[in-house]
Amino acid sequence: MRSIIEYLKEIFNGVLSLLRGMRVTAGYFFRPSEIVTQKYPNNRKDLVMFERFKGEVVMPHNESNEHKCTGCGICEINCPNGTIEVISKTIVTEDGKKKRAIDRHIYRLGMCTFCALCVKTCPSNALAFSQKFEHAVFDRASLIKQLNKPGSQLMKGVE
Amino acid sequence: MRFDFIASYVSAFTGPWWKFLYDFSLLTTPVHEWLNGSVSPFWTTVIEMVVVGVVFLLFYAVVGLFLVYAERKVCAFIQNRLGPNRIGPYGIFQTIADLVKLLFKEIIPIKNADSLLFNIAPYIVIIVNFMALAAIPYANGLHAIDFNIGIFYILAVSSMSVVGVLLAGWSSNSKYSLIGAMRSGAQIVSYELSIGLALITIVILSGTMQLSEIVEAQRTGWFIFKGHIPAIIAFIIYVISSTAEINRGPFDMAEAESELTAGYHTEYSGIKFAFFYLAEYINMFIVASIAATMFLGGWMPFHIGNLEGFNMVMDFIPPFIWYIGKTFFIIWIIMLFKWTFPRLRIDQLLTLEWKYLLPINLVNILVMSFLVLKGWHF
Amino acid sequence: MEEKVEIIATDEKQEFIVNMGPQHPSTHGVLRLVVSLQGETVKNIQPHIGYIHRGIEKMCESITYPQIIHLTDRMDYLSAHQNNESVCLLVEKALEVDIPDRIKVIRTIMSELSRLQSHQLFWATFGMDLGGQTCYFYGLRDREMILDIFEETTGGRMIVSYNCPGGLMYDIHPNFQKRVKDFIKYFRKKLPEYDTILTGNVIFRERTSGIGPLTLQDAISYGITGPSARASGLSCDVRKHEPYSAYDKVKFNEVLFSEGDTYHRYMARNDEMRQSMNTIEQLIDNIPEGPYAVKMKPVIKLPEGEYFQRVETARGELGLFVISDGNKNPYRVKFRSPNFVNLGVLNHLAKGFKIADLIAIAGSLDFVIPDMDR
Ligand code: SF4
Ligand code: SF4
Repeated sequence: MRSIIEYLKEIFNGVLSLLRGMRVTAGYFFRPSEIVTQKYPNNRKDLVMFERFKGEVVMPHNESNEHKCTGCGICEINCPNGTIEVISKTIVTEDGKKKRAIDRHIYRLGMCTFCALCVKTCPSNALAFSQKFEHAVFDRASLIKQLNKPGSQLMKGVE
Repeated sequence: MRFDFIASYVSAFTGPWWKFLYDFSLLTTPVHEWLNGSVSPFWTTVIEMVVVGVVFLLFYAVVGLFLVYAERKVCAFIQNRLGPNRIGPYGIFQTIADLVKLLFKEIIPIKNADSLLFNIAPYIVIIVNFMALAAIPYANGLHAIDFNIGIFYILAVSSMSVVGVLLAGWSSNSKYSLIGAMRSGAQIVSYELSIGLALITIVILSGTMQLSEIVEAQRTGWFIFKGHIPAIIAFIIYVISSTAEINRGPFDMAEAESELTAGYHTEYSGIKFAFFYLAEYINMFIVASIAATMFLGGWMPFHIGNLEGFNMVMDFIPPFIWYIGKTFFIIWIIMLFKWTFPRLRIDQLLTLEWKYLLPINLVNILVMSFLVLKGWHF
Repeated sequence: MEEKVEIIATDEKQEFIVNMGPQHPSTHGVLRLVVSLQGETVKNIQPHIGYIHRGIEKMCESITYPQIIHLTDRMDYLSAHQNNESVCLLVEKALEVDIPDRIKVIRTIMSELSRLQSHQLFWATFGMDLGGQTCYFYGLRDREMILDIFEETTGGRMIVSYNCPGGLMYDIHPNFQKRVKDFIKYFRKKLPEYDTILTGNVIFRERTSGIGPLTLQDAISYGITGPSARASGLSCDVRKHEPYSAYDKVKFNEVLFSEGDTYHRYMARNDEMRQSMNTIEQLIDNIPEGPYAVKMKPVIKLPEGEYFQRVETARGELGLFVISDGNKNPYRVKFRSPNFVNLGVLNHLAKGFKIADLIAIAGSLDFVIPDMDR
């Protein structure tokens, strides 16, 4: 007799646990307000990434097309995987001194691991992360970017 | 007059035009009589078969596609997602787009597969589906064949789908498929028993196996209410074991994707895969309609004793809507099963059948017989 | 070698060899298991790893210490914070740098958050391995909140690169505390739901209890660590035995069970989620003021010698062994990764069980394949 009661109890508890689970899932079914899906390409306009989001490394320029990069090459040394290549040139300043300056700051987005070492170690804070995350391109070559804009100059007062 | 059946329509309608919604024989009988009058009985049969066949083909496709869509939406809502929402409003054309894609896909020939069996298997599953669909009463008078052994026929026919599954698994020359097919064989064969016994409980109550009479007998009350506790137990057992029979979660051992990738249809591609996929959903539709017919009164509206007003309102809803509503309710429950529970293991599946469902079922039949004998049901 | 012979000679034994992976839905990555079956029963398992071997240890020999961080991020990507912490702790220990309390506390919070999200993902995938696909979405839904917290402060979701030798990359975001508190409030409500859906479910119980039992003896001799070992009663929590960062200041229980079956391996992780939340709650309001990083030399050189640092990741004990010859690059780096060691016990556990149990057992050991291969 006892074993029959045990048997029935087992069935009852089992079914009860199943019903409890079903109550949770059915509850969600009837509460569509809790849906978390984002309609991504449609919400592009009001999609705001966090300001620290590491999308890609950029070199901010001001309105008069000036940047802060002195061409010292520290970011290149610190980058763990050779993503950055600093090609510097020698320029003659107004007072006739020879000085190193950036010619091309090459950044290979395809290799970057977003470790932020370059941004952090740059002595003149010339680099930053942008929040752009749509990096898909049809051509690998377009992942190689030049960070200093053509014709740009070193900002005044940055050594 | 060649078109005098139109006149007979007009005369048949004493009330408003939509009356045929409540009795489809108003629509079919005049056509049948007119055909009989115009061509020989042989051609009448041929024409009627073709028409019914085409209607079923359409019905099959529409229901299949809709169910796939419904499942994706239901599971999405359960899982806090939106589900398909790109093609058409709310994504309703998603499954059609999927079907078109599958139609265009290459059918990959499998090396060392038994090509005859491999190609035949999806058709077996589909044919079995059709045969079962034919015997279901959809509404008052909307019934392709009305056997006196209707429920028995459906049981017999639908258990044949295991042949298709076994063939598919065996002939694919893939280990995953084979394991899947073997599991499915063991599963369907054992759960057949429970389904049969659960339905027999109701057959005892109704005293007939003819589906139209079973539905008619529920005019005064659905069997799930008429048969007290034994009918409710039979209903629960039926829902559980039919979920197992159609290989759906939590009993989807045959296609347990975390173990066997896709089970017996791992190697199928293109439209043949689509056949298996559709057949699965139509199977679900069939078992749900049987549950609706046997336990929830088929197309019978819901009546409460002598509440005249209430019963009138219920009668106003066309039988077909009642039928679809009940069927989809059961389909929803079966979907909820799949999206809530983890999968059983194959030996636990058989334990559940032989140690729990079967004994309960047998006792249940005894109780039901006793009830019927004593006339204690409503 | 012996085992290989056994596998070839299976025809006579009527065994059936199934290749699970490297592209199989439940191996959680590119793990390949050659499983010999007799019917549905597992007879032998030969794991094959190396499909995602990147040579991290070798690569470490040619880069500087701060640069190692970006590689440890990618080992066990679900415990990135703890992996990074191991490197930082080792360097700081070697250079005898004093780390302010603020950094320690933030590191601890981050570690616990990342343990929490790892266990959430474990819950999600374990449910899916057993066939309950809804679990996967619930788990990911809640994990998303932690990833958002990470993203706001560190800029990365999984690959965080937040710790660096001498402190942290940036200070915490002003919203950090509020977000963490919101999350804990939210998750305390959701965790019972997890239990209703999976833990209490009779099917789940049947599927997991008694499956793949690991005795204490075996846990020790196979070198199992982490929740999997604690489920067998092996007290091996580095946070307790060798507290680092702020773990000596917080109260938390080491979750210990004695049964060691799949169910208790699951429960160990489930309970650890609660413990992690307790830990975070104790710390989140008491983050001391101070700098977020200590000024280190621009080029970090460890004095000559051998160094070892252990941390407790979400999957077990990560040991980092470094030999330095005094240069800015390590001479030799060795990671003792918990997943690789835990994989060794799979054959022992799953032998004699069904193929479906193999999936459950492998799921309960919670593998992260890139950590095995490194
Ligand atoms: S970006 Fe910064 S670190 Fe790199 S070259 Fe320019 S100034 Fe130097
Ligand atoms: S983020 Fe890291 S990998 Fe990318 S460019 Fe900067 S230093 Fe190199």
